[in-house]
Amino acid sequence: MRLRENWISFYTLFRREMVRIIRIWQQTLLPPVITMSLYFVIFGDLIGPRIGTMGGFDYIQYIMPGLVMMAIINNAYLNVTSSVFGNKFQRNFEELLVAPMSYANIILGYVCAGIARGLLVGVAVIFVSLFFTKISVNDWIATIVIALLSSALFSIAGMINGLLAKKFDDISIVPVFILTPLTYLGGVFYSVDMLSPFWRSLTHLNPIFYIINAFRYALLGYSDVDLVPSLFIIFVATIVLFWVCHWLLKKGIGVKS
Amino acid sequence: MFALEIKNLTKTYANGVRALKGVDLQVSEGEFFALLGPNGAGKTTTINILSSLVNKTSGQINIFEHDLDTDVIAAKSSMGLVPQEFNFNQFEKVIDIVVNQAGFYGIPRKIAFSRAEYYLQQLGLWEKRNQVSRTLSGGMKRRLMIARALVHEPRMLILDEPTANVDIELRRATWDFLKKINKEGTTIILTTHNLEEAEILCHGMAIIDKGVILENNLIKNLITQLEYEAYILDLTLPKTSIPKIDGLEMDLIDATTLEIAFPKDRTLNEVFDQLMQHGIQVHSMRNKTNRLEELFLKKIQFGVQDSGVSNAS
Repeated sequence: MRLRENWISFYTLFRREMVRIIRIWQQTLLPPVITMSLYFVIFGDLIGPRIGTMGGFDYIQYIMPGLVMMAIINNAYLNVTSSVFGNKFQRNFEELLVAPMSYANIILGYVCAGIARGLLVGVAVIFVSLFFTKISVNDWIATIVIALLSSALFSIAGMINGLLAKKFDDISIVPVFILTPLTYLGGVFYSVDMLSPFWRSLTHLNPIFYIINAFRYALLGYSDVDLVPSLFIIFVATIVLFWVCHWLLKKGIGVKS
Repeated sequence: MFALEIKNLTKTYANGVRALKGVDLQVSEGEFFALLGPNGAGKTTTINILSSLVNKTSGQINIFEHDLDTDVIAAKSSMGLVPQEFNFNQFEKVIDIVVNQAGFYGIPRKIAFSRAEYYLQQLGLWEKRNQVSRTLSGGMKRRLMIARALVHEPRMLILDEPTANVDIELRRATWDFLKKINKEGTTIILTTHNLEEAEILCHGMAIIDKGVILENNLIKNLITQLEYEAYILDLTLPKTSIPKIDGLEMDLIDATTLEIAFPKDRTLNEVFDQLMQHGIQVHSMRNKTNRLEELFLKKIQFGVQDSGVSNAS
C-alpha cells in the first residue's frame, strides 16, 4: 500500500477509536478526573498539610506528578485493552485483518488513540490540580516526551493484553493485580528515601517507579533517580513491547486460528 | 485468468483436527461459483484462510495472480468477504461501518461516502444509514455486510452462506443483486447448503468434504452425471398397493402419493404408458428433490473414491 493509503487506513482506525472515546466520555474521560480530584482533596488538601513537605515541596505538589502520570498510564492502558478485546469479542477486529492494513498500522491506530485518551485525561487532571496547588513546569520538553512515551508504552501493553485476553476477566487481571499495585508502590505518594534498604532496592525493579520519577523531575525538578536512565528504560520498553505486539499479530495469536 | 487459484492447501488446527487435506481449486474470472459441502467439510476454513482470518498450514493461494503470501496488498484489495456470522461493531452506525471499512482499504473518506451511499441504496439500507447497527433486522445486517464487502469495489466477492436464515423475499432480492454485480464483472464465490441456490445462481461448483475437493465442474456437466430421475406423483385414484413394473422403482407414500425413479435414458411418455397399463392414473407430478441435491448426496456418500470426475471448470 502506498504512503497515502497507509495514512488513510491509520487515520480511519485512529478516528474510529477517538469517536468511541468521545461518544462514551462518561466512561472514558469523566471517571478518572473525578477519582483524581478525590485524591487531591483527601491526600493533598486534608491529610497533606499534616504530613508537611517531601523533597522540599508541599505534599500536594509532591504527589501531583505521580497522580497525573497514574491517570495517563491507566487510561492509555485501559482504552486499548478494552477496545481491542471488545473488537475481538464482537469479531469486528476481522475488519482490520481482512483489509490490506499492515500490522504496524493496526497497532499505531489503537495505540495513538490510547495515547490521546491518556493525554486528554492527564491534561484534565492537571487542570483539576490547579484548584489545589500551583504548578511550575521545570522542563517542558521532558514533560511532553515522558507523557507521550509513557502513554505509548502502556497503550502497547494494553493492546498485548487485549490480544491475549480470552474472556472479560482477562482484561481486568493486569490492571487490578499488576498495574495498580506497581503504580501505588512506584513512589506516587512517597519518596523512596523513606523506605528501608530492602524495599528501596525492590522499588528500583519497578518500571513505573522510573516513569513517575522522570515525570516528577520534568515538572518539579526533583527525582529519586536520574532522568536519562529513566527515559532510556521507558524508550527501550516501548520498542520491545511494540515488537512483541507486532509478532503476536503476525502470528495471529489471540486473533486467528 | 483465474480469479482464485488454490494449490494443495492444508490446515491442521492446534487441537490436531485436519480441516483441509490438500485442497486444489481454480475459479475463473467472472465466474459465479458455489463451494458446497456438509457442515465441517472445510468450506469456512478455506474462506477464512483466503481472507486472512485463519493461518494456513501449507499451500499456495493466488488471487488474480497475486500471491496471498508475497503480494498481500494487491491480493487482499482484489477480494471482499461476507462472513457467515455478523462481525461488525454493534454500536456503530450503518454508514460508519461501511465508510470505515473503505478507509481500512486506503480509500479517501469523500469517495468512501459516495460509494457507501451507492451500495447502501442498492441494498435498501440507505434509509437506515444513521441507525446503530444492532437495531437492524437479521436480513438487514446481512445486507450491511454485503455493502461493507463491496465498498472497496473488489474484483471477487466471497460470501459464506449469504442467505442462511433469510426469508424468501430477501433471499430472492439478494440473489438478484448478486446476479447483477456478477453480470457487471465481479467474480462471486459462495458457500451454501441450499443446492437450489447453487443451481439457480452458479455456473461452476465444487463439492468439498472432510477437507478434500470431491468434485469441481460446471453445474450443467454435473447434472448430466445423474443416472436417475425421481418424481413424486399425485394419483387420481387411491391405491392400497402397487404392482412391480420393469425399469421403475416405486414407493407408495400414501394412498394417492407415489414416488418413482427411473433411468435417465427413458422418456416420461414411456413411463406414463407403463403406469397407464397398470391402471395408475397421474393427476400431477413434481421433482422429488433438487437434482443437484441427489448428486451432492451421492458424492458425499461415496467420497473421493467415487468422485471419478476430473476438475474441468
